[in-house]
Amino acid sequence: MLVDIQNLRIAFESRSSRFEAVRGISLSLGAEKLGIVGESGSGKSLTARALMKLLPSNAAITADRLSFDGIDVLSASEKQMRQIRGKRAGFILQDPKYSLNPVMNIGRQVSEAWRTHKGGSKKQALEAAIHLLDQVKIRNPREVAASYPHEVSGGMGQRVMIAMMLAPDPELLIADEPTSALDATVQAEILRLIEELVSERNMGLILISHDLPLVSHFCDRVAVMYSGRVMEELKASELLNARHPYTKGLLNCMPSLTHPRDRLPVLNRDASWLTA
Amino acid sequence: MIDVENLRIRFGDREVVKGVSFSVKKGDSFGIVGESGSGKSTILRAMAGLNESWEGRIAFGGEPAALKRPPGFFRRVQMVFQDPYGSLHPRQTIDRILSELPLVHGMDNIDKRIVQALSDVALPQAARFRFPHQLSGGQRQRVAIARALIADPQVLLLDEPTSALDVSVQAEILNLLSDLREARGLTYILVSHNLAVIAHLCGQVGVMLNGEMVEQLSAEDLRAGKTSHAHTTELRTLSVGLEEPA
Repeated sequence: MLVDIQNLRIAFESRSSRFEAVRGISLSLGAEKLGIVGESGSGKSLTARALMKLLPSNAAITADRLSFDGIDVLSASEKQMRQIRGKRAGFILQDPKYSLNPVMNIGRQVSEAWRTHKGGSKKQALEAAIHLLDQVKIRNPREVAASYPHEVSGGMGQRVMIAMMLAPDPELLIADEPTSALDATVQAEILRLIEELVSERNMGLILISHDLPLVSHFCDRVAVMYSGRVMEELKASELLNARHPYTKGLLNCMPSLTHPRDRLPVLNRDASWLTA
Repeated sequence: MIDVENLRIRFGDREVVKGVSFSVKKGDSFGIVGESGSGKSTILRAMAGLNESWEGRIAFGGEPAALKRPPGFFRRVQMVFQDPYGSLHPRQTIDRILSELPLVHGMDNIDKRIVQALSDVALPQAARFRFPHQLSGGQRQRVAIARALIADPQVLLLDEPTSALDVSVQAEILNLLSDLREARGLTYILVSHNLAVIAHLCGQVGVMLNGEMVEQLSAEDLRAGKTSHAHTTELRTLSVGLEEPA
C-alpha cells in the first residue's frame, strides 16, 4: 500500500480556541487514481498536505496511521521527509503563476529539479529537462526551456510544473486543483495528460478538486469530503448511483448544457452529516 | 438596449478585439464565451469604460457612449468582477464599500439603500459592519453584486462572476442573478469560459476566438448542438463530455 491513512485528525490551536479541520479521515491508495472532492474548507488540501508534512506549525496532527510506502510520516524526521517530498511524491499546485519562479527561465527550473534528485552535470540536466518538457507534450521544448514563466500561457505553465514533478520519477503524484485556474479546453488536456503519465509510469495519483463530474473522468475512485470527513467513497463509474445526499447535491447543483433547468437546486446542508 | 458595432481594441501594435458587433434587447442576457486571451473580458472592460482606447460604437439605450464616460453613466451600467477576494477593499467594512457609490453620486437615503441592497442579495444585515475577510467567498460575491445594484443600474456587466466559487455556491449566485434580473428587469452581459453557466443564464451566446466573434447563436441551438463554427462545436463537445459523470 503506497499511502495508508487511518483516522487522521488535524486541528488548529490558538491560545483561546481549537478548531478541528479534519476529523477522522481514513483513505488508502495503491498504484491507482483517487479523486478527493469537496467544497472549499472541507479539508481536502489539508489531508494531502499532512501526508507530506507540509502544514503550518500551529496545526496539530494525530492519526492512528499515516504512512507513505511503509514510512511513518508522523514520526519521520525532516531529513527523511525531504527524501519523500519531490523525490518519491510530487505535488502539483493550483496556479502555475505563483508556483514557478518568475526570474528563472523554465529550462533552469526543470533542470534544477532534475539535478537535485539525480545529480549530473548542468548540461545533462538541461537535456533531461528538454526531454521532460517534450514528454508533457510541449511542441517546441527547446524554445520553451529558454523562456520565462510570464512568457508562456497558464496551460503551458501547468505543463512545466508537471514536467518538474516528473523529473525524479516519483511513485505518487498529488495534484491539488491542478486546473481550476485554467480554461475548460486546457483543463481537459492537462487532466488527460496527468492521467496518461500516471498510467504509463504506474504511479499513484491523488487528484483534489471541487468538480465532481470532472474528477470522475480521470480517477478510479472518488472520496467525497464535507467538513473534515469523508461522506462517501465510491467507484468513479458508480457516481450516478451515489447514495449520500451531499454527493447527490454536488452533482445536482451544476448547470448543464444538455439538461436545462430554470432554477438550480441549492445544496441544503444537513447538520446530521457532521456527526454521522 | 445595448448595441456594439464593429468594436476594435488594440494594445500597442496588437489588435486583441477585431471588429465585434452584437446587440442585446432590454431584459435579455448575452453571454460571451471563449478561451483566455480571446478578448472577451477586454470587450467588457471597454463597455464599462475601464479602457478608453477603442474604436467602433458602443451604445446603451440608443445613446452612444463617449470615450470618457460621464458620472451618470455609472448609475446605469455597473460591473461585477471575477474574483471576490480581489475586488473588495480589504480594510473597508461592507458598509463603507457599499456607501462609496451613493456618496460619489450624491444620492439620498444611503442608510436605507444599503439595508435594501443587503436584503436584495440575501445577506444578513449583520454583514454590514464586517470586513471582507470575515465573509465566505460566496458572501463576498454577493457584496460585489450588492455594490453594483446600489446604483439601481439597468445593465450589469458580469465578468466570470462564479468561476472563483465552489459549484454549490455557484448555484446560489446563479439563482440570485436570475431572480434579480426578473425582479428589476436588468440586462446582463456575462463573460465566462463555462458554456453550461452561459447557457443557463443567457438566451443568446457569442463565441470568441482570437479577438473575433466567430459565431452568435441562441442557447437552445447551442444545447441542441446546432452549431456552425468548428470552435463552437469543439467547446460544446468538450463541455457535454465532461459534465456527465463517467
